[in-house]
Amino acid sequence: MTSPIPVRELPRTAENSLLAEAGSGTRVEFRGIVKDYGSTRVLHGLDLDIAPGEFVSLLGPSGCGKTTALRVLAGLEQANGGAVLLGDADVSGVPTNRRDIGMVFQSYSLFPHLRVLDNTAFGLRRRKVARAEAARRASDALALVGLDHLADRFPHELSGGQQQRVALARALVTEPRVLLLDEPLSALDAKVRVQLRDEIRRIQLRLGITTVFVTHDQEEALAVSDRIAVMNAGRIEQIGTPEELYLAPATPGVAAFVGLSSLVPGVGEGSTVRVWEWSLPVAGDAAAGEVEVFLRPENVRLVATGGVEAVVQESTFLGSFRRTLVRTADGVLVRVQHPASERVEYDDRVRIAVDLEPVSVRPRP
Amino acid sequence: MNRLAPSRATRWVIAILVGAFFVVPMLSTLLYTLRDGDGFSLVHWTALLDPAKASLYAPIWAGLGNSLVLAAVTVAIVLFLLAPTMILVHLRFPRLRPGFEFLVLLPISIPAIVLVVGLAPIYQQLGRMLGTGAWTLAFAYGITVLPFAYRAIQASIDAVDIRTLTEAARSLGAGWGAVLLRVIAPNLRSGLLAASLISVAVVLGEFTIASLLNRQVFQTALLVVKNTDGYAAAVFTLLALAFAFALLIAIGLAGRARSGKAAS
Repeated sequence: MTSPIPVRELPRTAENSLLAEAGSGTRVEFRGIVKDYGSTRVLHGLDLDIAPGEFVSLLGPSGCGKTTALRVLAGLEQANGGAVLLGDADVSGVPTNRRDIGMVFQSYSLFPHLRVLDNTAFGLRRRKVARAEAARRASDALALVGLDHLADRFPHELSGGQQQRVALARALVTEPRVLLLDEPLSALDAKVRVQLRDEIRRIQLRLGITTVFVTHDQEEALAVSDRIAVMNAGRIEQIGTPEELYLAPATPGVAAFVGLSSLVPGVGEGSTVRVWEWSLPVAGDAAAGEVEVFLRPENVRLVATGGVEAVVQESTFLGSFRRTLVRTADGVLVRVQHPASERVEYDDRVRIAVDLEPVSVRPRP
Repeated sequence: MNRLAPSRATRWVIAILVGAFFVVPMLSTLLYTLRDGDGFSLVHWTALLDPAKASLYAPIWAGLGNSLVLAAVTVAIVLFLLAPTMILVHLRFPRLRPGFEFLVLLPISIPAIVLVVGLAPIYQQLGRMLGTGAWTLAFAYGITVLPFAYRAIQASIDAVDIRTLTEAARSLGAGWGAVLLRVIAPNLRSGLLAASLISVAVVLGEFTIASLLNRQVFQTALLVVKNTDGYAAAVFTLLALAFAFALLIAIGLAGRARSGKAAS
């Protein structure tokens, strides 16, 4: 993923109190976290070990428990079982205000009655930092997100993206042990979203702060994370680097949720699966009998001869490439990603071929 | 132009009729206080400050003092008991809200006279414990102002995302005291102000409960003085009306400041 905006020159270390004191981060650990809402169990013994300075995303559909996990870490929800560790200390019984965390929320959370500078200094003032010192450090934090020139504004005078950047500065200014991001980008429009996403990652790397990022947007998670924990129904289905998740999804759920796939019928033959005329290696457990195969669009090509005959259903221009949906002679819908120069139109007859890359499979329903 | 809206002329007629309804009695009262034999003068107004008549008006000043103390205690009940309870219900026990709202709005449908019947035995006990000072009426007034104060505060609570602001403040290291005083209270400012002013207005205008529980307040004192000096009672009535009017304008301005800020 390339950033559409030029990288901003960050304030130099010696002049910026936040950068000068950038540490090595704190280890964060979830140990067997169980959380019930009434009779509904939303977290089933969640285990997750996050290394100091690591950026981990909790990714999953709504209702999968990712936000609940983050709120348990923040102390905003009390777990019914298990423990949360910050560094080596069990903080399960520690109230939110003593956990030394920074958090950015999905909804705008700046205090409406305080100016940007006072909002940013809020955490420092609660820690009894003198007014002048707090203002200086708040101003440094605002410089980090490029908004020090708006210090005198009120939140309602800022755009959504600016508000979330101030919220980020406010969360970082106290140099917390862990930064918690609860879908901070989902209220923003697409362009600002990508911009702020990359900015968050850049600042996180500069400060070396351990970060937990909750999102339902797989593209967002893939773009910024060191590791991603894909969650479903209160459990972690797979945890791994973005590459691992994308190239070797452990479960069909992960394959379906991360990246774009077409579901095509195949026949399992142990460590390989037969799809049309190709025998593809199976990622994960061996497959037998009739299965559904997850095919990535970039692993399917348009070819001049051979392959499988298909008819174009729709074709979308996406800049450097096109994504085309075709229907094969046996009625299967397949997405193909191909160079934009290979222009196709509705109802064109084409031929497709499948690359021999590892694929995920699941039993045919 | 909205076809259903009345024409300009119709609107003026309505405004004048409604205005007259309020203005005619007040104007009559004003003229009455200015009458001096066959002419007009300010003699009845200046008489209020006449040392010779001080003993005559003493009940009014005493009643007014009591009423102001009552207003202060009632406002304290609204700010330090009702408002925190509402915030607690909103943040922690949202399921209790319908029941809580029903209870709080109930006093509006109970006539004061009925309330007194229930309160009288309680005040007998209260009199033994806390004495019979007029300020004890504040407990009863705390009940009668509940519906008005509740609506004013709830409107503010609904206008702000208190939950997120609270969680943000907590995550930044604020204890509950700082959350209440530095985050929630400033953002409910207009609602709390409106609730306080409306409570003052209700307390200063209350007659039935004070009279039946034998406490001397502004309204009951007016009645006492009216029997000896009708002019003085009329003057005080006008002053009280002007004060209530000023309070209502202040409430309106408080609300306006809030919506103006939100709109920009």
